[in-house]
Amino acid sequence: MLVIGERINGMYKDVGKAIKERDKKVIQDLAKKQVASGASMLDVNVGPAAKDAQEAMKWLVETIQEVVDAGLCLDSTKPAVIEEGLKVVKNKAMVNSSTADKEKLDIFVPMAKQYKARLIGLTLGKSGVPRDRAQRSEYAAAILTSCVEAGFNLEELYIDPIVLPVNVAQPQSLEALEALREFRFLYNPPPKTVVGLSNVSQGTENRSLINRTFLIMAQAQGLDAAIVDPMDKELMDAMITAELLLNKNIYCDSYLDAYKKK
Amino acid sequence: MAVELIRDKWVNKVNTLKLGSGMEEGGSRSSTLTVGGVSTLPYLFSDGQMPHRPVIAMEILDTKPPDWPKALSEPFNGVLDNPVEWAKKCVNEYKAEVLCLKLQSTHPDFGDASPDKAASTVKAILGAVGVPLIILGSGNDEKDNLVLPKCSEAAKGENCLFGDATQENYKTLTASCLADGHSIIAESPIDINIAKQVNILISDMGFPLEKIAINPTIGALGYGMEYAYSIMERARLAALAGDKMLSMPFICFVGFEAWRAKEAKTPQAEHPEWGPEVERGLMWEVITATSMLLCGADILVMRHPKAISIVNQTIDKLMKK
Repeated sequence: MLVIGERINGMYKDVGKAIKERDKKVIQDLAKKQVASGASMLDVNVGPAAKDAQEAMKWLVETIQEVVDAGLCLDSTKPAVIEEGLKVVKNKAMVNSSTADKEKLDIFVPMAKQYKARLIGLTLGKSGVPRDRAQRSEYAAAILTSCVEAGFNLEELYIDPIVLPVNVAQPQSLEALEALREFRFLYNPPPKTVVGLSNVSQGTENRSLINRTFLIMAQAQGLDAAIVDPMDKELMDAMITAELLLNKNIYCDSYLDAYKKK
Repeated sequence: MAVELIRDKWVNKVNTLKLGSGMEEGGSRSSTLTVGGVSTLPYLFSDGQMPHRPVIAMEILDTKPPDWPKALSEPFNGVLDNPVEWAKKCVNEYKAEVLCLKLQSTHPDFGDASPDKAASTVKAILGAVGVPLIILGSGNDEKDNLVLPKCSEAAKGENCLFGDATQENYKTLTASCLADGHSIIAESPIDINIAKQVNILISDMGFPLEKIAINPTIGALGYGMEYAYSIMERARLAALAGDKMLSMPFICFVGFEAWRAKEAKTPQAEHPEWGPEVERGLMWEVITATSMLLCGADILVMRHPKAISIVNQTIDKLMKK
């Protein structure tokens, strides 16, 4: 499982403040803690409030790279903000994200290709969030088509079925899970998948429990990557245990430690 | 129509393990060897690399072997009760590249020799030959924990490979090897889960993963060889797919297992239809060794010089790209 740490996001108060004040320590601590907890990539999002989004992205990337070697998942809806980050990323980069709209794909697919970055394709269209698994597959097919036509390496593509809050759109959890499985029949080799996990528990009382339960269910559907809070130890332990039960790793009594030493 | 072969792509490779230290590294070995480093299933040179050839270590004991059949002891006539002469014969006459010294005499049931006596044997052999040394205790945990630290100290800086550490008894040997700069053999009873666990336990003591060899425990032909084969294959597949806790070279005690088989050691007089025992035992060792090579063995510990010579030729052929 590709674990992408979600904490460096301007939507969090501490991060938003740190970006505003250009306080490196807060960002670097979060970067180090997430990597130590098992993240192999870190999501980087300047947040909605940042006025100088491009400049802030560049600063975040450089600040993080001073202390960790993890890959960086540049998270914005604005191509210029992502590209500003891509220019300075030293390790593996990931473009987060393009929707399934042709106009968006025409920008982000060539951009990811140019910078040899991974790409997240959201199964979102002009009409907004997908209503069911069939519409998710339709959007996924559009993303795949765009990537194939542009000669983008499909190993680097991660399709996101869009996870919605269970307290707002309860039927959508199952639709997203089923979509993960259906995506696998769209292409050979099957496209990789990713979820932005924490959205499923947005506004609920039992966030950690709902997050890890959904993650395990998604893993059983073949999920390849997830944007999560790696400092949630119970979540990480559940994820590692699910990988074990899916026969991805060889059992030993200290399998949790073994995973962390990878 | 041409058949297109599907190639495996692996993300990880097996660690390289060096045996012995030369003068420039603080040891006194005139030759050293490196094993491991493979990035493919054995001998599939189109899938990845095998930068180092598997090696054969010749086994010697520090006391006259109590149970070796005549067919096996004959090539060593005259030196079996003198480990230093035995070592020299292996290196000078049989061209051994590595020696594996088993400190059998320290076992309470086989003479109960003292730790100091064992350490002086180790020193004497290191002085008499220039090849790297693998050093094994007698298998009695309590005694090994007294004997092996002394031997480790006596061989300090020589980068020997010491064994065996097990799930129940690894701390003393790990600490000694760490202090004296040796590598260690992690043993498990034909059990991949325990193989992984022992490596974790050893590495939790601060011991580098790159200095561990896995002894998966094998069975000889007819005695569970296929179990060992499948365990080794599975461990190697996991290693190549990224499991750092199983990415160590394998050491296989082929001679010990093969010559325990009744088909190898029973005299012809008892079973005339089985044919001459010298050929039987030898081939039992050769077939067992060759099978282990095919599932990824990096170090084979063997006994009969003729068997070793045949298996070395096999390795040459397998390594031809």
